[in-house]
Amino acid sequence: MKENAKLKVTLVTGRTIDQGVGKERGKASKEYAESVSVCYLDPDDLRRLGIKENTNVLVSTEHGTIVVKALKSLRAPHPNIIFIPYGPWANAVADPETNSIGMPSFKGIPAEIEPAADKLVLSLKELLKTQFGGRLTSQ
Amino acid sequence: MELLIKNGFVYDPLNGVKGEKMDIAIRDGKIVDKVNERKARKIDACWMVVMAGGVDIHSHIAGSKVNAGRLLRPEDHFKDFEGKTPVTRSGVGHSIPSTFTTGYRYARMGYTTVMDPAMPPLEAKHTHEEFNDIPIIDKASYPLLGDWWFVLEYLKEGRIEECARYVAWMITSTKGYAIKIVNPGGLEAWGFGHNVRSLDDQVPFFCVTPREIIRGLCKVNRLLNLPHTIHVHTNNLGRPGNYLTALETMKSVEDLATDDNPVIHITHCQFCAFKGDDWRTLESGAEEIANYVNSHSHVTLDMGQVIFTDTTTMTADGPFQYTLHELSGNKWVNHDVETETSAGIVPFRYRRKSYANAIQWSIGLELALLIEDPWRIFLTTDHPNGGPFTSYPKIITWLMSKKAREKALKRINARARSRSLLPSIDRELSLYEVAVVTRAGQAKALGLKNKGHLGVGADADIAIYNLNPEKTDPSRKFKAVRRAFKQAAYTIKGGKIVVKGGEVLEHVVGSTMWLDVHSSEPARITDEMKRRFKEYWTVEYENYPVTENYIEVSNPITVKARV
Amino acid sequence: MKVKNGCAMCESKFSGYNDEHRVLKPLIRKNGNLVKASMKEAVEKAAKILAEANYPILYGWSSTSCEATRVGLELTEEVGGVIDNTAVVCHGPSLLSVQELGIPSCTLGQIRHRADLIIYWGSDPWSAHPRHIERYTAFSDGRFERSMWRGYLNKVKALIGRKKVESALRRLSLKKETEGSSASKSKVCPTISKVGRKLIVIDVRRTKTAEMADYFIQVEPNKDYELLQAFRTLIRDQEIDVDEVAGVPIEYLEEVADAMVRCSFGALFFGLGLTMSKGKLRNIDAALSLMRDLNMCTKFIIMPMRGHFNVTGANTVSTWQSGYPYAVDFSLGYPRYNPGETTVVDILLRKESDAALVVASDPVASFPRKAVEHLVENPLVVIDPHMNATAQMADVVFPSAFVGIEAEGTAYRMDHVPLPLKRVVAAPSGVLQDEEILWRILSKVRKIKKTEKTEEL
Repeated sequence: MKENAKLKVTLVTGRTIDQGVGKERGKASKEYAESVSVCYLDPDDLRRLGIKENTNVLVSTEHGTIVVKALKSLRAPHPNIIFIPYGPWANAVADPETNSIGMPSFKGIPAEIEPAADKLVLSLKELLKTQFGGRLTSQ
Repeated sequence: MELLIKNGFVYDPLNGVKGEKMDIAIRDGKIVDKVNERKARKIDACWMVVMAGGVDIHSHIAGSKVNAGRLLRPEDHFKDFEGKTPVTRSGVGHSIPSTFTTGYRYARMGYTTVMDPAMPPLEAKHTHEEFNDIPIIDKASYPLLGDWWFVLEYLKEGRIEECARYVAWMITSTKGYAIKIVNPGGLEAWGFGHNVRSLDDQVPFFCVTPREIIRGLCKVNRLLNLPHTIHVHTNNLGRPGNYLTALETMKSVEDLATDDNPVIHITHCQFCAFKGDDWRTLESGAEEIANYVNSHSHVTLDMGQVIFTDTTTMTADGPFQYTLHELSGNKWVNHDVETETSAGIVPFRYRRKSYANAIQWSIGLELALLIEDPWRIFLTTDHPNGGPFTSYPKIITWLMSKKAREKALKRINARARSRSLLPSIDRELSLYEVAVVTRAGQAKALGLKNKGHLGVGADADIAIYNLNPEKTDPSRKFKAVRRAFKQAAYTIKGGKIVVKGGEVLEHVVGSTMWLDVHSSEPARITDEMKRRFKEYWTVEYENYPVTENYIEVSNPITVKARV
Repeated sequence: MKVKNGCAMCESKFSGYNDEHRVLKPLIRKNGNLVKASMKEAVEKAAKILAEANYPILYGWSSTSCEATRVGLELTEEVGGVIDNTAVVCHGPSLLSVQELGIPSCTLGQIRHRADLIIYWGSDPWSAHPRHIERYTAFSDGRFERSMWRGYLNKVKALIGRKKVESALRRLSLKKETEGSSASKSKVCPTISKVGRKLIVIDVRRTKTAEMADYFIQVEPNKDYELLQAFRTLIRDQEIDVDEVAGVPIEYLEEVADAMVRCSFGALFFGLGLTMSKGKLRNIDAALSLMRDLNMCTKFIIMPMRGHFNVTGANTVSTWQSGYPYAVDFSLGYPRYNPGETTVVDILLRKESDAALVVASDPVASFPRKAVEHLVENPLVVIDPHMNATAQMADVVFPSAFVGIEAEGTAYRMDHVPLPLKRVVAAPSGVLQDEEILWRILSKVRKIKKTEKTEEL
């Protein structure tokens, strides 16, 4: 396994059927969390990172970092493009810039990805706590 | 609740009242013979004109394409808005007002009944939902049937009675009021981007002609005993030379008239009264049409008057709207509805200095003034196609005052002015005739028994205008006339004073009128519809008809068909 | 309970609607935790939050009925806030483009009956709208066009056959394995020449929908605008000087442009691949301009693939009542609209709102983190059936009934056709419809304001 392997990629977020199914089940459900705390990579990119699928990776953009589980994309080839389904994990790193029209930049975000087998993927509760925990209003 | 309107000059053409000083008594929302004068609430209408609430036979106020127009034109809304008050909801819109604003603005002009003339049957629920949010006025809508596949198929086979039964089903299921026909055959051809050019063109794939559609539905209308005639937007709308199509359309059903009553209504006739070969040689065909109408009693028309302003064109005539988009370069929305119809929206500005627009302006007024019988030509702008309905007061002054017309004529394109017939027309409509073209005549043509008049039993929908016919000569003091009709002194709806001096006092909910057509064999027709539904539409049969819960205040009118 | 005829999302929704993530009682946050409360208490607290706020935002609306949205608009007008719906992070840019250019479109049945060319651009119906293709487009039967399902099946069989032969040959070491899968672009540009319906997919990845297509174009991320303009150039019979655009060789583009011009009825469906990537509404501008060009020579329509089941309804109701489809600001007493200023994401990023009501959506999950920060820093009221991410961060949570399962209502399909949603089962006891909850909050807000006015006098 290569140490410090890092790839410069383009991050695209979007819908998947599993995310859709999970969301109807309820965002607090295990199905939902499992469907959206993942990242699909081209098999060649997995190889270049020196990892197998189902291991964790750290995705970083200008706007944040997030640990997600790497999966092999069945939609290859798309070298240097990674795909994270919509959800709080994707939003930890998505670009809030709306270009004055209200729409953040959810696709085509410059990102870096590296192996992070030692890091854990947070649950929804933990993720919310880490990102907003100290900011909850209490009246 | 009793109300007494005292001492007004009453104009009630349907009951032959021509400006006599009379009291009007109201109880429980209806006009009655008399009320207890001491106990009743009184309105002193001294020196004022009293008429039935205005009736608009053709105005696009609700539904899928109207809303698409609202969406398309935020710029139409920015400069014209109304704030929320303790009584009224806020809103926007110059040519396509939002729903609350539409109701308030009509009511402020003394109008109390408005007909939306184009409802795509598949999207009928949308029209009715918007109706629920248009306050005060009573409404109804005409389902678009001229290109419905069922109609095309049955008329091709000449099966008029069977066609009638399906049309009955459709009118009742969509809670509609009349049979609307737009560019018959053209909308189906537009499904693949084509159009029809004459009454005898074959509609592609269906092999039926516009003539057969118009005649067939005219017969269907009679078999079903519907209160209004077929309401027709002719083929070739907006094309120079189309006055011939309009004449042919009227002639095509001449033989179907069995008495002096109309069998066809040609709507926004200005747009189909063009003579000439192209836009440069455009001329008015109003005289030819007026001559025909003056000598044939089976036709009614409405003006479709153009106003020099920025407005929005929207019709079910998809191909025409596309042509307008090509001509003007303006943004364009198209919305074809499966199995049934189409729609198009293009913003448009009518300019005084444009030769063609000025001729169009003249045509509308020529039609109204050259057609002798005011019971057969009604005041509309085909809102918003010719202009917003808030311009009706201006049009009234043009009809009542030659001086007002001359003032407008001075400012239009010079070549158009020299071609216009208006300088040679001296006729000025009286208040009585204005009452006909803005309410009585429209109500009669629609078959609305309780609207448009002030006789006992009528709905207590009344407009009181601050105009003294004894002191004010409308021919000279047209500005005062315009002010009076722009802001009614009082508007009464269902016996309640809803508007006073331009201020809305109560946000009442108007009713939705619709026809419950009883024909024979309803069970068989329903079964047939269910069986064939999936072949035609992409919704389930159960989800198609408009159920009663979609209508907040429902006013069904039972019609017994002859089939 | 069994679900028949539903797609995967439908099945999940119906079978899971009453599971453990359901909120069954109103909740109020006390001492940092959400605790059960009575409806009366919850309504009072929610109304107080909204009535006292200077600039509240009322967001969501896309997964509830039109009837509920009507009340939502009335409530927003009453509290002088901003009402916005999920289109802001979905097809908002498409709406903006439509306002500039208009849009040639139709109802879905027109496509089923007439379309012989179907293009999905930046949209993957297989994942997001599973029934779309078989009900309305390539695999549906219409009056004038037949389904291409059989053709697709034959193609798949042939592909499987070819794969078997290739792997057999490989085992015999007579043929080297070609790079990538056999489904990748061949070196020779294939042609789109068959009769009947044709399906073309344009996307940054070879999605499942792309596998079904007659033609797939893989566009480089953030390069859709260039590709659209290239198509416009080709359709107008103009020359392109370069060899490839957006990573696609010109011959492929010429093939597709040719198919577009030669068809009798074309339909372009586009998704968030266009609205969210670089260019955003300018991408849609280019797509709509392409439509104008195409309609000069044939019949072509375009339709955005909407997300939530009633986002079209939310836009429609908002437009008829206020004149604007989303991002409507009532703070001055009349509807104002300025996306970029009155859009909820921007309001949150600029930290301008001071309270929020979220109905039928989950912005904590769907908004970028920076926007969510401000949302959760201020009083937050949530109305939702599930304990979603936003509800977990709220100050007041109202349980609501699922529209279409436990509550009736109207929804508008992506092609603007209104559909009545039925009530199939009763909601759990004490769980009300969105419409009802909103009415109660509105009534309470009015009472609070009346009291304030009387106190002022």
